[in-house]
Amino acid sequence: MNEILQGLLQAGRLIVTLDSDLIEISLRSLRVTLSAVVIASAIGLPLGCWLAVRRFRWRRFVIATLNALMGLPPVVVGLIVYLFLSRSGPFGVFGLLFTPTAMIIAQVIILTPLIASIAHQAIRELWAEYHDLLISLNTTRFQRIATLLWDGRRALLTAALAGFGRGIGEVGAIMIVGGNIDNATRVLTTAIALETGKGNFALALALGFILIGLAVLVNLGVHSLSRTEVSDRW
Amino acid sequence: MMLRTLLVALLSLAATGALADQMKLAVTTSFHNSGLAEVLLPEIRKDLGLEVQLLVVGTGQAIRLGASGDVDAILVHSRKAEEDFIAAGNGTHRTEIMYNDFVLIGPAADPAGIASASSAADALGRIAAAQAPFVSRGDDSGTHKKEKSLWDAAGVGADARDVAWYKEVGAGMGAALNTASGLNTYILSDRASWLNFGNKGDLALLYAGDPVLFNQYAYLPVNPAKHPHVKSDLAARLETWLTSDRAKALIDGYKLNGETLFTFNAAP
Amino acid sequence: MVNPSILPLTVTDATVRRRGKVLVGPVSLSVSPSGLTIVMGPNGAGKSTLLRLLHGMERVARGTLAWQVPEAQARRRQAFVFQTPIMMRRSALDNVAYPLIVHGTPRKDARARAATWLDRVGLADSATKLATVLSGGERQKLALARALIRDPEILFLDEPCANLDGRATREFEEILTAAHAGGTRVVMATHDIGQARRLAGDVWFVYRGALHETAPADQFFAAPRTREAAAFINGDIVE
Ligand SMILES: Nc1ncnc2c1ncn2[C@@H]1O[C@H](COP(=O)(O)OP(=O)(O)OP(=O)(O)O)[C@@H](O)[C@H]1O
Ligand SMILES: [Mg+2]
Repeated sequence: MNEILQGLLQAGRLIVTLDSDLIEISLRSLRVTLSAVVIASAIGLPLGCWLAVRRFRWRRFVIATLNALMGLPPVVVGLIVYLFLSRSGPFGVFGLLFTPTAMIIAQVIILTPLIASIAHQAIRELWAEYHDLLISLNTTRFQRIATLLWDGRRALLTAALAGFGRGIGEVGAIMIVGGNIDNATRVLTTAIALETGKGNFALALALGFILIGLAVLVNLGVHSLSRTEVSDRW
Repeated sequence: MMLRTLLVALLSLAATGALADQMKLAVTTSFHNSGLAEVLLPEIRKDLGLEVQLLVVGTGQAIRLGASGDVDAILVHSRKAEEDFIAAGNGTHRTEIMYNDFVLIGPAADPAGIASASSAADALGRIAAAQAPFVSRGDDSGTHKKEKSLWDAAGVGADARDVAWYKEVGAGMGAALNTASGLNTYILSDRASWLNFGNKGDLALLYAGDPVLFNQYAYLPVNPAKHPHVKSDLAARLETWLTSDRAKALIDGYKLNGETLFTFNAAP
Repeated sequence: MVNPSILPLTVTDATVRRRGKVLVGPVSLSVSPSGLTIVMGPNGAGKSTLLRLLHGMERVARGTLAWQVPEAQARRRQAFVFQTPIMMRRSALDNVAYPLIVHGTPRKDARARAATWLDRVGLADSATKLATVLSGGERQKLALARALIRDPEILFLDEPCANLDGRATREFEEILTAAHAGGTRVVMATHDIGQARRLAGDVWFVYRGALHETAPADQFFAAPRTREAAAFINGDIVE
């Protein structure tokens, strides 16, 4: 109990004094996860939509695979990305291991199935609703996907936010491919793991509170942005 | 508005770090936990304009990182593994820098009575005889390798350690200490990690001082003949600095809770 | 019209099957270039399926549909108003503009034309409302405006007034009659015999998946040839 209180106090102190290390790793956390969410959404949202609209022989199999990949342990993703990016791996020449780029790559792999799967669920319902109209209007497959993505944007935003939530709190993969290097690849979650390892529970907890605060802030921000848009247009 | 400031901050973050020379050095958890890195790195940056990026891992992984060319040099403490590393052509040479020592930690009540042991082997023998719970790193790190060799010297072989009171946690020093603290068990730790550890609970330092517990750190640059992309010039500059009088003063002068942790022993 | 007409449509022995069961057919008929056809019949007879078949939305298991132009071209000149109107999650204006926009009309022009159509169906005040908050009657009128905005040569309607009160039905019929007067071929399913009498030029009576009886309206209502049609017009239960 005492430890939790100390953690809260320390979190407050770090924020009030605008601790420069804290700001740096918080911004890096945001940069890595937001980049990963943007890329994963650019892949996952149309993919989920396409799977809802398109009927083909292996559809069920692809959807089942996607749902299974959603539960992929991040450490496994981290290890595989590590082996690919290592200097002795196939993409070693790019020298990406232990850089924020490597962390983004790992997170994109973790987040894409999640975002695609949630998008697929949401779009499937919308497609059932729109099906007859869009067929009747003789739309192309591309137009159908574009229409569903646009009209389903609120649900898709939720998918992207779910991806953000998973990404910002993820530690297993980015620890392995980022290496938790001070001033280079240390983010909030890996810093928490490090401080816990040193037995500095109060500091670890403080960083944890800041992480939660950051996640809440981003969610609120995105929702308020989407709401202003709604009242503008409708 | 807020979004713009955030964006600018993110971009500026992306731009930093490209200014100084950078190299990657894999070090062991125990070295990093000592806090010595926080003293040395800023001085290195000041003296050489060199930013050393630390990858804090177990000795096993540090060796792997060097072998696959993912770092430019390694700083580890496991002589046998280091010599294999050189023999396999992964490193050019091995330079001894400094040493610290391992200590035996356990419940303050010391149920196995190791405080009065005559040697490290005797202490471990008493733990085995009392079947007192013992936490092992179990992660193939330098500390883990050292611990296994100590058990073997005490006549408690690998088979005799496959028992309930011997708990391999497969984790770094800090996490292993957390486990030992939670379960109130014996554990082998390097002195630095122990002194820096914030969650001691009921644990206490019970035995230290046997020369077999000394822990030699060595610096091994990765072989550029095998990995042409490594920054061997920067690695060489760092080596010159690490063996200099300036490093000697900083290392010997580093104290934690009033205790000296490391003894500089590099040949200049 | 510069374009050649897509009508008449000639249907020969067309059959729709689902899971081995015949839902409609075999049907043979001809849809003339002008007129207003009312499709009647008991629930589950196959009216909706027949309309969807003509519109090209059902896979034809057997038989053929022949328009005067290739199928792809013919589709562009048809429109359909569904039994339950499909409201896109957009403003009423954007719902009506959508068919134009997906077929290449610049957004601005499409919105301007959509606005005149909303005005025509009496929804000018609701242009910026989200379509999904409209009432049942407003939705049907919106769906009609959306179907008519591309000036189709043939318009199918599937019980569009099923949930409307008298006044809304009258307004709907006025718009429809105006479109018909403007040259649009209309094929509409309905259960409302009064509406059928008001609008029909000719009647198709569908029974158990088949075209049971077809006749000009006055003849159909005055002297139906089949027992089932007679019972249906009398309001008896048709088994
Ligand atoms: N997707 C489907 N799968 C299986 N059967 C179907 C399907 N769609 C329609 N049917 C069946 O086909 C028959 C004709 O249905 P249809 O909707 O065309 O009737 P309807 O004449 O329009 O009836 P209503 O007056 O109730 O609208 C019904 O028995 C219905 O259960
Ligand atoms: Mg029907």
